[in-house]
Amino acid sequence: MSAIEIIRATELGYKYSSADTGEIWALRNINLTINKGEFVAVLGPNGSGKSTLAKHFNALLLPTCGRLWVDGLLTGEAVNHWQIRQTVGMVFQNPDNQIVATTVEEDVAFGPENLGIPSGEIRRRVDEALKLVGMYDYRQHAPHLLSGGQKQRVAIAGVLAMQPRCLVLDEPTAMLDPRGRREVMDTVRRLNREEGITVIFITHFMEEAVYADRVIVLGDGEIIFQGTPEETFRQSSLLRNHGLDVPPVAELAEELRAAGLAVPDSVLTVEEMVEQLCR
Amino acid sequence: MSMFRSITIGQYLPGDSFLHRLDARSKLIALVFFIIAVFVVNSYWGYLFLAVIVFVLLLFLALPLSYLLRGLRPVYYIMIFTMLIHLFFTKGGTVLFRIGSLTIESHGLYLGFFMVLRIVFLIMITSLLTLTTSPITLTDAIEYLMGPLRKIGVPAHEIAMMMTIALRFIPTLMEESEKIMKAQMARGADFESGNFFRRAKSLVPLLVPLFVSSFRRADDLAVAMEARCYRGGEGRTRLRELQAAPRDFFAVAVSIALIPILIYFKL
Repeated sequence: MSAIEIIRATELGYKYSSADTGEIWALRNINLTINKGEFVAVLGPNGSGKSTLAKHFNALLLPTCGRLWVDGLLTGEAVNHWQIRQTVGMVFQNPDNQIVATTVEEDVAFGPENLGIPSGEIRRRVDEALKLVGMYDYRQHAPHLLSGGQKQRVAIAGVLAMQPRCLVLDEPTAMLDPRGRREVMDTVRRLNREEGITVIFITHFMEEAVYADRVIVLGDGEIIFQGTPEETFRQSSLLRNHGLDVPPVAELAEELRAAGLAVPDSVLTVEEMVEQLCR
Repeated sequence: MSMFRSITIGQYLPGDSFLHRLDARSKLIALVFFIIAVFVVNSYWGYLFLAVIVFVLLLFLALPLSYLLRGLRPVYYIMIFTMLIHLFFTKGGTVLFRIGSLTIESHGLYLGFFMVLRIVFLIMITSLLTLTTSPITLTDAIEYLMGPLRKIGVPAHEIAMMMTIALRFIPTLMEESEKIMKAQMARGADFESGNFFRRAKSLVPLLVPLFVSSFRRADDLAVAMEARCYRGGEGRTRLRELQAAPRDFFAVAVSIALIPILIYFKL
């Protein structure tokens, strides 16, 4: 594993069995590497194995076959789990179900408390993490009085207080309104740009993948495409075959190109499109 | 809907009074001795003595008495019941009233009031604790005080963690039950009419989805806690360590002193 990699999976497969459905391979033959400081979006329709893959990144699930290294540590070995979970922090879909304590700051302190950090240092980390996500003013609030986007930012702060180098977000915006979605997205992008934290952002919203350095598309438990957002959205027929929609702007660009207008591939957001068309 | 609004758990009022600054552990210990003192009281003079102390503590808090008395609302029926039992069944003294074969005698009246006052005091001093201590520090204190019991197999940390999670999820589950209720009412469910049994039965379609979703939440939370390196109480530190100051020893000493004082002066 080279020095710039933080996660590497080779021929990873995961099988689960249940009484009703028998054995199902949720993931098959996954080969991927994620570099330090990268912002990777993992796209895929429901049931494509996105969440299963996410849970592998911090050893909540262990591969049935193949191997997964996190920062040089093999997830298959139980002695590594503690270290891996400090390196890779995880934010889940439902903000309500991951907040443990009755006030914001107590919840952010939960991770560092588990690590056995002295209380003065916990206080420093909690304040720093809350400032990073813009929730410092709410530190004494009860979590149930916050909006969805705010709760999700608290959950991110709770992970940041453990000082991870990689953040895995498993559909963190799926239950939020557009405003909350933007809050979370802005926070995550800032953490990636300014703090250099590696981000793995799992989503089924195409628009959110636009901000990534690289997009990995999952379908039926396999990687069906990897590339930059521009490259990905050019694969509109492949995406549609797997039940994914191309973002409206990419679709518009495609139709404009078909109609003979020279719209470059790099146009993926509304702002870029406006600028391009007004030139 | 109103039935959910009226339930308030933890009536903590943030503040910076003497009582707020006391360590939660010493407040809990002092509360235990205070409760013993309430049971030691033998006359109305004793209650007057305790009332003075409660009044002084209230001055520290700068809170109106009504705040403490608010806590009495849930026990109104117990108070009325206690009073009635003593009025009709405690005999002795002069007969004050007679209805057929039932008599109310002076001892009954005396003891009835005495017992009701005992309940009033118990609620008031417990409220003094819950008004000035945040639920989370209270659970920390309980965990600490139960620590020695770990040797005989009492899961002190787990109990405290369960209490914290319960406190955290009560508002969430209340919101959810309101949502489910509204969804059921939109489809014609009726929660408000009929006698007690009908109304209890109409809660079944509310409780089933609530249970199912609680289990899902519990599962999600367990995964999230594990992802944040939770592995039980061992080696865990706290954001706010409990710290005892001289005032804490003073508070506990005063509460212990109450008992011999009450006994010596036969109050």
